[in-house]
Amino acid sequence: MWDWDYAEFILPKLLEVIPAALAAALAGFMLASLLGLPIALARRSRSKWIALPVAAVTEFIRSTPLLIQLFVLVFVFPTSFGITLSPFVAGVVGLGIHYSTYMSEVYRSGIDSVPKGQWEASIALNFGKVRTWTRIVLPQSVPPTIPVMGNYLITMFKETPTLSAIMVVELLMTAKVVGSASFKYVEAFTLVGAIFFLLSYPSALLVRALERRLQRSERRTLLK
Amino acid sequence: MSQNNPKDEHDKPLVSYRKITKSFGDRTVLKELDLDVYPGEKIALIGPSGSGKTTIARLLMTLEKPTSGTIEVEGEMLWLMPRKGKLVPANEKHLHRVRSKIGMVFQHFNLFPHMTIQRNVTEALVHVLKIPKSEADERAMRMLERVGLQEHTNHYPSQLSGGQKQRVAIARALVMQPSVMLFDEVTSALDPELVGEVLDVIKGIASQGEMAMILITHEMDFARDVADRILFTDGGVIVEEGTPEQVFQNPQSPRLQTFLSRFLNGSSDGRTGSRVAAGAEQ
Repeated sequence: MWDWDYAEFILPKLLEVIPAALAAALAGFMLASLLGLPIALARRSRSKWIALPVAAVTEFIRSTPLLIQLFVLVFVFPTSFGITLSPFVAGVVGLGIHYSTYMSEVYRSGIDSVPKGQWEASIALNFGKVRTWTRIVLPQSVPPTIPVMGNYLITMFKETPTLSAIMVVELLMTAKVVGSASFKYVEAFTLVGAIFFLLSYPSALLVRALERRLQRSERRTLLK
Repeated sequence: MSQNNPKDEHDKPLVSYRKITKSFGDRTVLKELDLDVYPGEKIALIGPSGSGKTTIARLLMTLEKPTSGTIEVEGEMLWLMPRKGKLVPANEKHLHRVRSKIGMVFQHFNLFPHMTIQRNVTEALVHVLKIPKSEADERAMRMLERVGLQEHTNHYPSQLSGGQKQRVAIARALVMQPSVMLFDEVTSALDPELVGEVLDVIKGIASQGEMAMILITHEMDFARDVADRILFTDGGVIVEEGTPEQVFQNPQSPRLQTFLSRFLNGSSDGRTGSRVAAGAEQ
C-alpha cells in the first residue's frame, strides 16, 4: 500500500511549493487586515449613503464562494475591464478581498468591546473624532482581536488549495500532478495533509501563546 | 433665582439652561428646566435616582442633545451657532470651543486603560491643547501631587484602587482648566472606605477654586459642606432650591422632606443616615 521510497521521492517536489502557498496566505492576510478596518469603519458610518452600500457589498462577497470570486478576477476582469493579473496576484487579491469581509467583523467586535465610557471621556476631554479613534478607541480595540486574526491567517493558509483553480501552483495541485504520473495518490495526498498539519498546528499553538501573553501584558508593562 | 447669593445679581451666568426638555423615547427625564450657574459657584444636585440630575450634567457636557430648549455657556449656545444673522446647527469647531470650558468626572472614572496615569493626564494637554510634552508633563505632575498620586505616575489604571482611579480622573479633568466642572456621582461606584479620600480632594479643589462646580451626589454632608446652593430634583424638575441651611434644616416641599427623611432612616445603609443627620436634625 504505502511506498516509503516513493514518498521520499516526491517529498522535495511538494516542499518546493510551500513558500508559494505561505506567501499567498501571508500577502492575502495582510491585504485582508488592511481592507478590513476601513470596511468596519464605513459600516459604522452615520451616513446611510456610505454604510449601506458597503454593507451590501461585503455581505455579497462573504456569501459567495471564494472560487467564483477568483474566476471573476482571472476570467472576467481581463475581458470586461482590461485588467489582467498574474495568477499569484489574482490569488492574493481574491483571498485578501474575500477575507477582508471577515476581518472587518473582527475589527467591529474589537471596536464594540470598547466601553461607552471611553467615548464619553474622549468627548469630555475635547478630543476630536480622528484623535478619539487613533489614540483612544483603536489602541484598545485591536489588541484583543490579535488571536482571532491569527486564526484567520491559519484558515487562509488552509484555503490556498482553492488558488490552484486559477493555476497558482500550490500543494494540493502539485500532489495531484505528482500522483497522476504514477497513480500513487495515497503517498502524495497523505504527505500534503501532513504538511498542512505540521505548518498549521504549530501556528495555532503560537496564536494561543500570543493570546496568553496579551492577557499578561498589563502586568508585564509594570515590571519594566 | 439666586437670591441667596448677593454677588450673583451682578454677575452674568456662566451657564444657562433655558426650558430644557429631554426625553428618551416616550420617557421624559427633564421638563422645561431653567438653571443658571454663576462663575465660581458650587452647586449640588440632590434627588432620587432617575430624577434627571445626571442628565443635567450630561447635557452640558454634550453627551446628550436636549429634545428642546437651549443651553448657553458664556453667552454662546451649545448646539447652535450664529451664521449670517441666523442660528444654525453647531459644527465640530464650535462644539470644540464651547466644550473647552467644561470638564467632567464620571461615576465609573473612564480612565484610558492602555495609558499610564501620567499619560492619562497629559494626553489631552498635548493632543487637544497642543501644549509641548515637557510642559504637559510638569503640569500633570503638579496636578497628580495635588490629588496625592505623584508616586503612581508610571502605573496603569488597573493597578490602582477605585479611590485612586477617581483621583486620577479628577486630575485629568482639572488639568484642562475648565470654567465649570461636572462631578457625576463620583463616589457612587466606590467602596465605602474609599469615598472619603475622593471627597477630600474635591473639597480641597472647591475651597481654592475660581472654577464653578456642579456636584451630583448622594453624600449629603459633603453637599452641605461644599455647595453654595443645593438643588433638589425630582421627576425631571427642580422641586426646591436654596442654601444648604434652607434645604437641609427647613425643607418646604413634602417631596424633599420625604427624600431627606429616607436618608435619616436609611435602613439599607447605616452610613447614609449619619451623613444627613447633622443637617436635618437640628
